[in-house]
Amino acid sequence: MPATVIESNHTPFSRVEVDPVDLDIIENALRNARHEMDAVLFRTAMSPGIREQHDEFPLIANRDGKMVVGQFGAFINVFLNSYEGEIHEGDVFLTNDPYSCDGAISHTPDWLVLLPIFKNGRVIGWAAMFGHMTDTGGRVPGSMPTDAQQIFEEGIIIPPTKIYRRSERQEEILQLILHNCRMPHWNRSDLDALIAGCRLAAIRVIELSDRFGDDTYFSALEELLERTRRAMRHIILTGISEEKQYFEDYLDDDGVGMGPYKIACTLWREGDKMILDFEGTDPQSQSSINFYCNEEMTKMHCGVFLIMLADPQILFNDGFYDLMDVRIPEGTLYKPIKPAALSCRTHGLARCMDVLAGLFGQSNPDYMCAAGFSASPHFLYSGYDSRGEWFQLFHIAFGGIAAAPSGDGADGHGMWPDFTNVPCEYLEAICPLRMDAHEVIPDSGGAGLHRGGNGVHTAYRILNAGDVSIHDDRWLSYPWGVRGGLPGARSRKYVERTDGTIEVLPSKCDRVRVEPGDVVHYCTWGGGGWGDPLERPVKQVAFDVEAGLVTAAGARRYGVVVGEESAVNEEATRALRESMRLERGNPDLFDMGGDIDEIVARCEEETGLPAPRPPEFAPWALTRLSQHSRTQAFDPPGAGRKA
Amino acid sequence: MAYRLGVDVGGTFTDVLLIDEEDSSFHVAKVPSTPADSSIGVLNGIARVCELADIRPGAIQNVMHGTTVATNAILTGKGARVGLVTTKGYRHVLQIARSFVPGGLGAWVIFNKTPPLAPLALTVEAHERIDARGEIVETLDEDELRESLRSLEQKGIDALTISLINSYTNDSHEKIAGRIAAEELPDIPISLSSQVIPEMQEYERTITTVCNSYVRPIVSRYVRNLSRELGTISGDVNLHILRSDGGLTSPVGAETVPVNLLMSGPAGGVTGALWIVRQAGFDNFLTFDMGGTSTDVCLVRDGVAQIRRETTVGDLTVRASSVDVRSVGAGGGSIAHVPELTKALRVGPESAGADPGPAGYGKGGSEPTVTDANVVLGHLPEASLLGGDLAIDRAKSADAVGKIARALDFSTERAAAGIYNIVNETMIGALRLVSVQQGFDPRDFALVAFGGAGAMHANALARILGCWPVIVPPSPGVLCAYGDATTRTRDEASRSLMRRFSETSQADVLAILEELAEQAAKSLDAEGIPRADQSAHFEIDVRYAGQVLHLTVTVDMEELRRSGLGCIEAAFDELHERLYTFALDMDREIINLRAIVQGKETPLSAPRLAAGTRDASAAQAGSQTVYVEGAHRDVPVYDRARLLAGNVIEGPAIVMQLDSTTVLLPDHDGEIDAIGNILIRPRGAG
Repeated sequence: MPATVIESNHTPFSRVEVDPVDLDIIENALRNARHEMDAVLFRTAMSPGIREQHDEFPLIANRDGKMVVGQFGAFINVFLNSYEGEIHEGDVFLTNDPYSCDGAISHTPDWLVLLPIFKNGRVIGWAAMFGHMTDTGGRVPGSMPTDAQQIFEEGIIIPPTKIYRRSERQEEILQLILHNCRMPHWNRSDLDALIAGCRLAAIRVIELSDRFGDDTYFSALEELLERTRRAMRHIILTGISEEKQYFEDYLDDDGVGMGPYKIACTLWREGDKMILDFEGTDPQSQSSINFYCNEEMTKMHCGVFLIMLADPQILFNDGFYDLMDVRIPEGTLYKPIKPAALSCRTHGLARCMDVLAGLFGQSNPDYMCAAGFSASPHFLYSGYDSRGEWFQLFHIAFGGIAAAPSGDGADGHGMWPDFTNVPCEYLEAICPLRMDAHEVIPDSGGAGLHRGGNGVHTAYRILNAGDVSIHDDRWLSYPWGVRGGLPGARSRKYVERTDGTIEVLPSKCDRVRVEPGDVVHYCTWGGGGWGDPLERPVKQVAFDVEAGLVTAAGARRYGVVVGEESAVNEEATRALRESMRLERGNPDLFDMGGDIDEIVARCEEETGLPAPRPPEFAPWALTRLSQHSRTQAFDPPGAGRKA
Repeated sequence: MAYRLGVDVGGTFTDVLLIDEEDSSFHVAKVPSTPADSSIGVLNGIARVCELADIRPGAIQNVMHGTTVATNAILTGKGARVGLVTTKGYRHVLQIARSFVPGGLGAWVIFNKTPPLAPLALTVEAHERIDARGEIVETLDEDELRESLRSLEQKGIDALTISLINSYTNDSHEKIAGRIAAEELPDIPISLSSQVIPEMQEYERTITTVCNSYVRPIVSRYVRNLSRELGTISGDVNLHILRSDGGLTSPVGAETVPVNLLMSGPAGGVTGALWIVRQAGFDNFLTFDMGGTSTDVCLVRDGVAQIRRETTVGDLTVRASSVDVRSVGAGGGSIAHVPELTKALRVGPESAGADPGPAGYGKGGSEPTVTDANVVLGHLPEASLLGGDLAIDRAKSADAVGKIARALDFSTERAAAGIYNIVNETMIGALRLVSVQQGFDPRDFALVAFGGAGAMHANALARILGCWPVIVPPSPGVLCAYGDATTRTRDEASRSLMRRFSETSQADVLAILEELAEQAAKSLDAEGIPRADQSAHFEIDVRYAGQVLHLTVTVDMEELRRSGLGCIEAAFDELHERLYTFALDMDREIINLRAIVQGKETPLSAPRLAAGTRDASAAQAGSQTVYVEGAHRDVPVYDRARLLAGNVIEGPAIVMQLDSTTVLLPDHDGEIDAIGNILIRPRGAG
């Protein structure tokens, strides 16, 4: 049964003609409002995850729940269809259940606030915003058990719930929720901040509709959606091939010793419609790396990627979703069935960006980017401090951005919008930690005409006994390079104990006991390179060497010979480049660092960690998928791998 | 006879204002700027104004000067080669920065990061460590540092920054390193992060200090030259430089902490506006300074400009206090275009700049700019009406705007109106940043327009924001020089405390504040300002325990003595509520305490205009066809110089003067006040 929205004013909005300039003004004003939502949140949230790292996403939607400005796909329609109850003016909803909002948020630490914007008794729009809470209860600090088998181990699950009922705060419900969290004061203020952001959006929408009239505002939003649709249609028609393009990439392991897991996707165009089919993706994991993927969200990621490459000024919104068809078979890693565990979905979510880059790049060389920092790896640390007070840190790491047609990837940055790192001095002031290093790892970016960004080495010196969790990936598969560019370096984590022993840490683990004096080293991966490294101007390679971003040994990957004092040996360079060219021949379009089976075979020798066992899937999931494939008569096309 | 002088160096003109300190009478001179060495223009201006006033330069006692030397060094990338010393493990502090990729989701695809302001090749690490509580964990390896510094010397640096981890809690290692550097690199200016900005957050502290080093040689050269030349022509003169926060500093202060001068120019505009607008009886207003390539806005409340503890120039943001002037990269030169994919009308971010400039200036530009739109709309009448020499090629403007018209299938006039409205929306965005986003309602403020294009757009902005009246000061050009000349000397002293309210006491806080006031007062003593002419005010930075950022609460010392620390907590909650819509029931923490001491204001009154009647017709210079509200109308054009106090101009109308044009919309009236401001209000709103 769908939700009943209680409106006292039943006058329908009418579609009126909107002056094109008014339309542009409304577009700008909505963009400003969306940035104001962020600004309010950053200033008022308290957890470092939201406040400093900006792990949050806002949106403003039209009356039907279609996102007009924002950063995550619209789920409001799904919510309206599934919420059983009435929606009144002054109601504010809270949820963290991916299974109740069709994956608009994809794990329980993300808390989503949604409110209807009422004006004169009618709904004129919606505002929503979600942010990652440091903790939401459950089995381990941070609420993301790396070995969870069900979502019920991942903290309190809040179905869409009125946290304000007709403007009245539901204090008991809030208390019930907060009581289940390890850092309740952070949850409380972060939630208040999310609500403040949404309320601010509501104020702006009401002001804007006052200024232009409700019907004009209503109609303008429709036109903005249509305008983006027109632009996207053009991009799809000109940028996406009718020929099927196939790409696959991997999640290295599942936290319980199995992997790698395959993510397969095929892209093609039929008329003006783009089709993205995840047929061939592995069945759902029995652990927590499943990513409950929202199709609309995937469309948004595709749209954003295409818009950035075609015309970054295009407003991205939900207008073009009917031009894309995203097909994700149920029971797979990307569409697990409840109660599958989801908390460690960050790898699957982010790896999707690499898969898209691989697909679009085959369709249109201008869109070809290397594999990048498709992740937001986490370091979690908790325990009792010297005063006996509980502390808990959720810290996101940064790494090497992919090299792209536009140039080098940045060193030690991130792919998620607005994310920023936490100052080390701040970490030291709030946690029993000393940050011994926070530095770029030379040579970790893939060599190329455009260099992949370097990863980061962070050294956490532990000052108080506690537990550490690690959430990371790409320790086994490589951040691939393209068009002759080489792969970036993989990630590594290890703990240096006070007695000098080194323990290599797996990429996904909880409850690693640490003692004062231990140093946890977290080395993130580099971005893949783009284009032929032998074509990179020698001057740029020399600059990187002098800056310490590439070593003299690393410069040889560019065929550049560097001697004392970073001086380039021109003659030796010419000779080396020539011999490397001959030896290499024409490079493949993708350089994945070798065949995945070979990489697995070399695993222990290269990484110091045992190779993961091949994944075991639940029999029902396998059966289900084979039935699905038969009905789809799916035949993965061979990918054109030559540049 | 004692005189003071205000000097503002702009891109085109240098304005000089000479004030007789006894009777407040003044003279103004305008001379061409000399970008290669702007001190030449300044000296030319001084010579000219002395000639006009018939005084000898020796009679000038005080020179107040706003300068853009530091800003330009950053914008043009012509600063120093800066060497940087960091703690071991932090060599890439500027390379990694805050890991921020601007532009939203997917923007990494087009993000290309510029190399750091201090090149990595010139960055060295020191073995040392201080912890978050200020305790030394590892002593500084001095021998190794000496060696590293020698390597920097060989590579050649112009300035050095030393920025070590946690130096905001204990500056001893930076001080030792500074002493060693002074021995090893005797001619290189050294900036310590713990002196420039003793605050937490290693990236922000480092970039601010590096920026200080980056502009230091160029500022220092400029200030020294100017002091020397001034000394030659007028003997024992006191030079004061306007800081970004609107206060004045000595030449030595300017030379050692030039990062505080980045907004010196805009601060002059705001203080100038403050001076003239307060005389018109307004204490709450928004300034709107629209130039060719950018527009600056600022909020003034209760006669005080808002101060922000951050300064942004171009892509660079540093932690230095400045008058909260927000810039948007849009102005008269912004180019309009219609992208093929969306058919949306966009204005900017590209600008035609000064060269080739708008199409209508006939200097080879052909892209449609905001100025061209104003020409098509009829906002810029024939200059010949005033005998000026600014020739505008209307046909060229119309051709350029015609491109937009064709793309949108509009008439040329409608396209021009579209460009005008879109750029106004950008301006509204900027005005919102300083008002609504800070919790202020723009309807409680007047709007003060200056800059070349400000008065052409202000009426339209005020109609949307409701900020009345629009105030157009009589001579927007010399406003900055007025600002320089009427600014008060100011210094501040601050200290970090980092204590919860429950862990400190009223007596402790009072004692610290008084000590800080004494410290700041001493620097004004050194400037020869008697204590009787000094006044102090106090601020405390407060946050909820565990929050990252803090808010600055102004302290009323009497109330603090009377009612204790509770008044600070209450003021903080109130401020938090206003800015963020809620307050929390949590422990509050004191972060920093600050005392600001100022010299007395210079009483200087603006010249009065001769009184006239309501009828302004005597000042009418002609008429002009204007496209307004979708139709062409014939509107009167007035000569600003002939307007008298009390005249009322009925919109639609245009008021011309040599350096700017004011547009009045239909149903709005502009009243000339006693000192020549035009006050525009909706008709009937009086």
